[in-house]
Amino acid sequence: MNQGLQFDDTGRLRHLLTTEGLSRQTIVEILDTAESFISMGEREIKKIPLLRGKTVVNLFFESSTRTRTTFEIAAKRLSADVINLNVSASSTSKGETLLDTIRNLEAMHTDLFVVRHAESGAAHMIARHVPAHVRIINAGDGRHAHPTQGLLDMFTIRRHKGAFEKLKVAIVGDILHSRVARSQIHALKALGVAELRVVAPKTLMPTAVEKLGVRPYTRMEEGLEGVDVVMMLRLQRERMQGAYIPSEHEYFNLYGLTPAKLSLAAKDAIVMHPGPMNRGLEIDSAVADGPQSVILPQVTYGIAVRMAVMALIMGGASTSRESGMRDSASKARAPTERKKRK
Amino acid sequence: MSLVIQGGHLIDPANNVDGKKDLFIDDNGFVAGVGKAPSGFRAKKTIDARGRIVCPGLVDLRARLREPGLEYKATIESEVRAAVAAGITTLCCPPDTLPVIDTPAMAQMLQSRAWRFGLAFIHPLGALTQRLEGKLLADMEALDEAGCVGFTNALSPVTDTLVMRRALEYAATLDLTVFLHAEDPWLRNGGCVHEGEVGTRLGLAGIPEAAETVGVARDLALIEQTGCRAHFCGLSSARAAAMVAAAQKKGLPVSADTTAHHLHLTEHDIGDFNTQCHVRPPLRGKHDREGLRKAISNGTLSAICSDHQPHEPDAKLAPFARSEPGISALETLLPLTLRLVDEKLLTLTEAIALLTHKPAEIIGVETGHLGIGATADVCIFDPETRWTLTEDKLVSRGHNTPFLGQTFRGRVTHTLVGGKLVYETPKI
Repeated sequence: MNQGLQFDDTGRLRHLLTTEGLSRQTIVEILDTAESFISMGEREIKKIPLLRGKTVVNLFFESSTRTRTTFEIAAKRLSADVINLNVSASSTSKGETLLDTIRNLEAMHTDLFVVRHAESGAAHMIARHVPAHVRIINAGDGRHAHPTQGLLDMFTIRRHKGAFEKLKVAIVGDILHSRVARSQIHALKALGVAELRVVAPKTLMPTAVEKLGVRPYTRMEEGLEGVDVVMMLRLQRERMQGAYIPSEHEYFNLYGLTPAKLSLAAKDAIVMHPGPMNRGLEIDSAVADGPQSVILPQVTYGIAVRMAVMALIMGGASTSRESGMRDSASKARAPTERKKRK
Repeated sequence: MSLVIQGGHLIDPANNVDGKKDLFIDDNGFVAGVGKAPSGFRAKKTIDARGRIVCPGLVDLRARLREPGLEYKATIESEVRAAVAAGITTLCCPPDTLPVIDTPAMAQMLQSRAWRFGLAFIHPLGALTQRLEGKLLADMEALDEAGCVGFTNALSPVTDTLVMRRALEYAATLDLTVFLHAEDPWLRNGGCVHEGEVGTRLGLAGIPEAAETVGVARDLALIEQTGCRAHFCGLSSARAAAMVAAAQKKGLPVSADTTAHHLHLTEHDIGDFNTQCHVRPPLRGKHDREGLRKAISNGTLSAICSDHQPHEPDAKLAPFARSEPGISALETLLPLTLRLVDEKLLTLTEAIALLTHKPAEIIGVETGHLGIGATADVCIFDPETRWTLTEDKLVSRGHNTPFLGQTFRGRVTHTLVGGKLVYETPKI
């Protein structure tokens, strides 16, 4: 469904708007490329010249220091010039439309926009209207997609669990409002997980969610039974006002991840969370800080995955739905490898 | 000027006419004869309609002309030109203009401005409550006197059920028809698409089908209690159509319509955030579309309307939920209805009835037929012409339609209003 807009005429990834429609091959290519960047953070000089001379604008219509920072670090490590714009506080408050904002920034010869917006579809809309040479990475749009988060979650799972085909995965929490969950679902389906469950009260479960290829559970104990990966979601506290759930206390009792509930999963199950966490609401500190938690590594991997995405859509490397995968991955990795040889 | 429309296939469902017959129109713009010329009739003009369908001018129950108040989107002039180019000779305008049509002056102003162009007939729908706020009743009798053919709160819900009861009671007192957009605003909850598979996939806030059925259920209960004559506008769900059918069977004075686009599109046409498919009520699933089609074919829904809402381009250049809902739809009303004939859902006569005398009966206006003595509002179309909808072909100022690029069969060649030729296909 999204292939037309995300890929160019030759089948190369042009924008990253959603994980929906990404082939297994493309996702694996992104993860492989990220793997080649992962050690960079430990080096003394954390920079490669892949995006030298390129201008990256972090265009955030919705505030998010954490995500914006990871994109900023990723772009800077690729040697791009990075500008951060918090648009909610400037142009839109003066009545400028979203497209006007984009067109003005385009006139400043931006090469890549990293866009976060509170409305689903904002990144698609922008991607439809920018010139062919400009790239868009969706850094979260409404409830729709947060593809780099989904991909870094895949990276985390692959690092800790290896192959996807035998995994049982549960995504727990506010599925209804979660762009992270949607991105995880599409990516996990593309990677061929054995079983994918979503766990939430009916008030936070989207209608017809099973059409996304998941099995819905309303009782957490049943949803966690034997799973290899538990992906917790953040619950916005304003959901209490919307009559989605009666109280934090009751939500934690029913859907909070405690050591007791985690014990129903596989013994070596990993626990993930996109952050920031609400301890005592969706997750118990004993789990968040426990041995099965991979929540902090997720943050570390996030930079490598975002570098990989930027490199692949900007750096002359190519992803292809059908072919050219090996070629593009090697191109993307080339600068790193050259550096290693030095 | 007296004229004869010669050699065409005349379809006038209200008068059971369906055959090759000439139509004779007198100097005053009334139908003077059907099939044979009245004695002494001498036509000053002849329209050759061979190979074409001649039918009453179309009656559209719901079209926004955007004037007054939103002239940057469209004007009365631009939209009545689009209407007659599409064979539509009578239009009903909802009161949600700026200012709202809740005073006789506003109703008269709209009609007089429309009539200045001498094109289509405009009939305003008056506001049911003052400023459409859902609190105080509008002056219905005065608005009726000023030419309003019905009363509605348009898309602004009357959330207070007691106010709704009183509005229906008062309308019943004056024997007026109330036009209802049934939707429970609490269940709608700011949604912008059908609550279903596509909304879930795209992460767009959904409007459950129950929002419409709860609205219909509430309003039917009040209609039954008050005895008010009511028309449900733009139904989008199978269940709501079935509820209306049950009410009709029970003898309640209710009618209903749906839009041409709800009979053809579903939530899946939204694809990847296609804002041209952002409409209210939303496009629903296949089951609902089939339910509406069934209700059209079995007579539960007695009109197909355009629900024309022209927009300036910027209105659709926004993230889906922030784009403005609505389709520029005058010029696809007839082609989309003819597509239902191609799909064997309706006969050509049934299709024309749903666009002419049936909607005319709902608003109680003496139009939509070509009986002797009727005002000669006529649509002539070539049923075989194939054409592709492109922006440059649209007469409406609004180019917001998801049907751009689609090929249709059937093209209007002439439109007459009051016997006057107001549109003729440009010679190519």
